[in-house]
Amino acid sequence: MIDNSPSRRPPGRRTFSRRGLLTGLAALPVSLRALAAEAETLTFDGLYKSFGVLGFQFSDRATSLRGKPVRMTGYMAPPLKPESHFFVLTREPLAICPFCQSDADWPVDIVVVFMRAATPMVSAGQKVAVSGRLEIGSSTDAETGFVSQIRLVDAGFHSV
Amino acid sequence: MQKRTWLMAAAMLASVAPVTAQTIYPLNRAEILEGSRFDFKVEFPNAPASADVKVTINGKPLAEAFGREVQFVQNEEGQKHSALWLRGAQLPAGQYVIEATQGSNKATVNWTVYATPERKAKNVILFVGDGLSVAHRTAARILSKGWEQGLYGGELAIDDMPNMALISTSGTDSVVTDSANSASAYTTGHKSCVNALGIYCAKNALTLDHPKVETISEVIKRKRAGMAIGVVTNAEIEDATPAAMVAHTRRRSDYNDIVKMFFDVQPDVIMGGGSPNFLPKSTPGTKRTDDLDFIAKFKEAGYTLATTKAEMNAAAAGGSKKLLGLYNTSNIDGAFDLRLAKKGSISKFPDQPDVVEQTKAALEMLKGAQDGFFLMVESARIDKYSHSLDWERAVFDTIMLDNAVKAAKDFAGDRNDTLIIVVPDHAHPVSIVGTYDDDRPGQLLRDKLGTYADSLPPNYGPRDADGYPTKVDTSRRLAVAFGTYPDTCDTGRPYLDGERVPAVKGPDGKTNVANEKDCTGPLATRKQGNLPFDANSGVHAADDVLLTAMGPGAERFRGHKPNTFVFRVMAEALALGGK
Repeated sequence: MIDNSPSRRPPGRRTFSRRGLLTGLAALPVSLRALAAEAETLTFDGLYKSFGVLGFQFSDRATSLRGKPVRMTGYMAPPLKPESHFFVLTREPLAICPFCQSDADWPVDIVVVFMRAATPMVSAGQKVAVSGRLEIGSSTDAETGFVSQIRLVDAGFHSV
Repeated sequence: MQKRTWLMAAAMLASVAPVTAQTIYPLNRAEILEGSRFDFKVEFPNAPASADVKVTINGKPLAEAFGREVQFVQNEEGQKHSALWLRGAQLPAGQYVIEATQGSNKATVNWTVYATPERKAKNVILFVGDGLSVAHRTAARILSKGWEQGLYGGELAIDDMPNMALISTSGTDSVVTDSANSASAYTTGHKSCVNALGIYCAKNALTLDHPKVETISEVIKRKRAGMAIGVVTNAEIEDATPAAMVAHTRRRSDYNDIVKMFFDVQPDVIMGGGSPNFLPKSTPGTKRTDDLDFIAKFKEAGYTLATTKAEMNAAAAGGSKKLLGLYNTSNIDGAFDLRLAKKGSISKFPDQPDVVEQTKAALEMLKGAQDGFFLMVESARIDKYSHSLDWERAVFDTIMLDNAVKAAKDFAGDRNDTLIIVVPDHAHPVSIVGTYDDDRPGQLLRDKLGTYADSLPPNYGPRDADGYPTKVDTSRRLAVAFGTYPDTCDTGRPYLDGERVPAVKGPDGKTNVANEKDCTGPLATRKQGNLPFDANSGVHAADDVLLTAMGPGAERFRGHKPNTFVFRVMAEALALGGK
């Protein structure tokens, strides 16, 4: 229960300019509203049709929403840095479920969120609504080596 | 006076000197099984050249003592030290003095390499109660055997054994150990450091490069072709205790590497949770970062795969001798949730075996091995539930351990060829301090606490056939106190809605604050934490732990011993020494 080695922590942020960040922030509410308007809502419970020892199968609905704008609500996992272009969305607040996993490892049913720009993170354990384009399939982030099966890309979020 | 001050300063400097001294691995006072493999390493500070250092064993050159050439690496990994290496060294029994000289500095360590007498046991079963402390044991006895007028209604299987010893659990680097290096002491006979498995903690940058020591699984595979090996846990199979059977890494969280190490060693029976690290990265739900499919690899190697209790029992009944049993993506649910609360991941994984059922199935598959077997069984969540200060769940899993030991004792029967050892890997700071009685006057939890003469026996519901109480949320309950905690709220009642979560991350994302969910009930009591602010759960204690044992070889356990002694007794019972 005491391993805090870097490999178990969320991957780091990429560099960004302050100006880029401010621009991104200013743009966020408008595009979020636009996205939210047309986005279908997906829940953690609705992501999988089977959840077994040998892996998951994504639900027909999740599969059908592939490439489309969706909205999901979950919890922001404790980010490594205060600003990032990338965070992990979890079903339960990760900081209050450290015993579900040894060594504070990731739960298996996470959704990785890639934002359009590096963005200040909210405090860990905060419930957030995320809107972005749904990607499904194994992908390794070139920058961090983080492997994910399901992602929201070009995303934005707000606290709820 | 001035001179005296100068001398004192010199003395202080001299006392600082060991920080930069040469380090010899294995460390001083190592006890090494004759013929077992270990990586010999000496680190020299300030990156000297080969010609500037000298190392001898009992006064002789290394190549002569080891029968092989050693390697010298100046500026190892670009660091400010040089290293001398011999991977996979072995020595005959004897006393050894190793001296490493660098300029005027000389470092000396002593090793004992011991032979083993004639084989006493055909089989060894090692039960590890992770975090099992004396209070868990006492509470398990009260809950599962009953208490009346100062006497218990029966003995626990883990207590009813002829031999007993007090075991100390510290690692090489710290007084308080973790489950990695403490389990490693049992499986290798060498002390290690926090988070490490099957290695000495050297200066190497990569977690897999540190000097290794052989695990008992590897010794058995090398020496006893006809012996079978079993590893059974209700944690993730990659977690520290089961991993210690096969792993060599500085970092216990190297789960993907540890799965590969399981495959390399190939224990015959492997059971636990933690399936995602077996799945290739293309499979949804995986945690691997490569394309290796260890489910397929184990199947190709002749293993039957079981993902449920039904499949496990079918494999055992069908005569399988090699089984990979993975019953949960994470830890297998504990006895409290399997039987009573039905929380945790019961809804996702409705057919998980408990540790008792796993133990029985493992014994069924291993008992036919021509040259006997070595089985390690861990009841893992006694520790995990003690971290979350959820003592009822920890004690249910202590009862579960006891039932598993009972199954092993039934197997051993009158055979007199099976050594059974039950040992915790470390303690938690936990005590039974009285009983909470809802009928006591007052509005606060502390008003309800009966101590001394007021600690009336609890009124838990009737016990089922396996000794678990069928009702725990009663009006009179044990009061179990943990010595360490973050900011938290104590309800004084069992957590029927799921495992207790004592603290959550605060608004700054770093410090942990009480979980408000527990702060509103009728007796809920806010407690200010006594741990550093980054702690979100209770911590281990350095307190000694109680080992009990029976069968051939068990007579070696008496008095107080270091944890590494457990390995020695098992190696002696199985006569694993020799070239």
